[in-house]
Amino acid sequence: MSEKVLMKGNEALAEAAIMAGCKHYFGYPITPQTEVAAYMAKKMPKTEGGVFLQAESEIAAINMVIGVASTGKRVMTSSSSPGISLKSEGISYLAGCDLPALIINVQRGGPGLGGIQPSQSDYFQATKGGGHGDFHLLVLAPNSVQEMVDMVFKGFDLAEKYRMPAMILSDGTMGQMMEPVSLEKGVVNEYDKSWALTGTKGERKPNIVNSLYIAPEELEKLNFERYERYKKIEAEEALYEEYLMDDAEICIVAYGVASRVAKNAIDQARAEGIKVGMIRPITLWPFPKKVLSEAADKVNKFISVELSMGQMIEDIELAIRCKKEVLLCNRTGGMITTTEDVLNKIYEANGGKN
Amino acid sequence: MVVFEKPNALTENTLHYCPGCTHGIIHRLVAEALDELGVTGRTIGVASVGCSVFTYNYFNCDMVQAAHGRAPAVATGVKRSDANNIVFTYQGDGDLAAIGTAETVHSAARGENITVIFVNNAIYGMTGGQMAPTTLPGQKTQTSPYGRDVQTVGYPVKVCEMLSQVDGATYLERVAVNNVANVKKAKAAIKKAFQNQIEGKGFSLVEVLSTCPTNWGLAPEKALEWLEENMLPYYPLGVYKDKYAEEK
Amino acid sequence: MNKEILIAGFGGQGILFSGKFLAYEGLIDGKEVSWLPSYGPEMRGGTANCSIIISDNAIGSPIVSNPDILIAMNLPSLDKYENETKKGGQIFIDSSLIDRTVDRTDVETYYIPATKIASDEGLTGLANMIMIGHMIAKSGIVPEENIEKAMHKVVPPTKQNMFDLNMKAVKLGFEYKA
Repeated sequence: MSEKVLMKGNEALAEAAIMAGCKHYFGYPITPQTEVAAYMAKKMPKTEGGVFLQAESEIAAINMVIGVASTGKRVMTSSSSPGISLKSEGISYLAGCDLPALIINVQRGGPGLGGIQPSQSDYFQATKGGGHGDFHLLVLAPNSVQEMVDMVFKGFDLAEKYRMPAMILSDGTMGQMMEPVSLEKGVVNEYDKSWALTGTKGERKPNIVNSLYIAPEELEKLNFERYERYKKIEAEEALYEEYLMDDAEICIVAYGVASRVAKNAIDQARAEGIKVGMIRPITLWPFPKKVLSEAADKVNKFISVELSMGQMIEDIELAIRCKKEVLLCNRTGGMITTTEDVLNKIYEANGGKN
Repeated sequence: MVVFEKPNALTENTLHYCPGCTHGIIHRLVAEALDELGVTGRTIGVASVGCSVFTYNYFNCDMVQAAHGRAPAVATGVKRSDANNIVFTYQGDGDLAAIGTAETVHSAARGENITVIFVNNAIYGMTGGQMAPTTLPGQKTQTSPYGRDVQTVGYPVKVCEMLSQVDGATYLERVAVNNVANVKKAKAAIKKAFQNQIEGKGFSLVEVLSTCPTNWGLAPEKALEWLEENMLPYYPLGVYKDKYAEEK
Repeated sequence: MNKEILIAGFGGQGILFSGKFLAYEGLIDGKEVSWLPSYGPEMRGGTANCSIIISDNAIGSPIVSNPDILIAMNLPSLDKYENETKKGGQIFIDSSLIDRTVDRTDVETYYIPATKIASDEGLTGLANMIMIGHMIAKSGIVPEENIEKAMHKVVPPTKQNMFDLNMKAVKLGFEYKA
């Protein structure tokens, strides 16, 4: 293992992308993701073949991403909530063109210009599409700086494997915090890229990267095919972490920074003899439905801890088919749930203190 | 003796354009330029949104279809991916001069080494004839049924004139395809715009004044006359910028 | 061991830098650490604060709202966090900038005229490191012998002068006697 260094989550994302062979980055300044672009601006010119370009807009940046992605190379952009809304058009095109790319969202409070403090209120936007049309994004939600690095490799890999865009859903806290990180190179698999635009060289028929299908039968067929792929992803690629779930009677579901606050509360509640555990989704799409559904047969109650007005809770309720009650423990607008908030919700689920 | 041949850079697909539309001529000129320069095999074209959206079916090179107005940004990505790629966009007036103005101006400002083919027919064709950023004052369209009133909707955008003030732009020329002499000039301009890219000279844009008989409500030959009488005075032909010629 | 530290003051006082130095101290000592800054307009002269956690175990929330150790570098920070500090905790105050004492009696308090010392010793702008030095001495949360190693991690090798000045500041703080 390489020596651990202290790095901000945002910087770790950028460094990991370069390590994963991403040589093209396009972005636009917005708080609190600025360090990603700043790091890329510094490092890309020193990387062989590396390109950093500050685009004239979020929209231009995502379309530059489309340009590189269409040539079959690894490419990344990053932004924060309002910027992701602007990129949504391009994200839909990436999905419609079956192009792999990695998009980082370092979330801040919304709606509108919102605020600059951490939030998880882009959950719906990330997991339910975020642009027009029938499609999904792969959504990865790391909860440590080390996992940021790992998820960059995972994100690129899944994106290429399934030919679709992937998003790392981070937040201001995860982006700004420093933790020790080991910069290990993850797995970089080779996938067929015969679809890529590399010039015909007069040796093959032209490749066309396109999302327009005037005949509805044709478009429907492609959407069906894409959803077959999504089904496979849902069956095979859901990632999660279980914490003290073996004997748990209460199951907390939380991702990203909220899962770290929840962990503190769980430790305190356990010390008081309350049997509470956590299922932490690492992929938000695909959502770890199966493990939640199985947990529903064992635990009495669920608690969704999220920095949004009850967005993920809907996926939990769907996953467990509403078999058990799901309580909501949340803050929003840039406020962060405290350990005490979660602890109080655990008491509520437990019917009081033990 | 070969009297007439389809350029290799065009596919066998039948063009969908309306009778009398000059897109076909412009397609051919682009294809001839690619063939003559011997770059079709390393060319990647970027189709835009509008009547020319289907260009990916017509050019015999790799193609990517871009969102409305975003072709220069997509082209930027394709070019930055591999500088050896010859990259062109093919855009209409609504795409390039309205919804995609920022992408147009900034790709020029960056001096992106790409070739932009800008087809200006003063109207939105694909959606059925709405007012375009280049619709002439007084011109009637579906969304300016009483004629373009500059007091309420403002004036047309003159793209070559505007971009000539952008330091990053290399070559800007306005041509027309309304008669044989002008078609020849258009061909030379388009070829030069690609030649510039091959030589790494930067951003080249050729604005081609074109007709839209269907949405103008005119027979093809009348449309050509309308172009001559109305568009040429407002959009004068000529070279608006040629950085390398200036330096000579 | 699980220590939560909050360093708070004005933007420009080097709050984040001193926090990073402390986090490296912990890392070199083989501990789990986290460092979390407040961010945004604070950078330009408002209040700035930094949460550092040094622990034997994996760290949960990186947000410190009830610190074991508070370093207050201006009055608003003391006003805001005095009552949030844990019972039995430690509060370190730059007494050159804060002219009141701590009201609580259930915490240990240390008053260091760090800004004055810095200015007297030609270390302008390094009151933060004097505070950190004193905190290390009084809390013992990280070993003294790692100070130099940690400093190397936060000051680039090209800035030997800065390294020396920072080391001097930490040492002055470490040895300061009230």
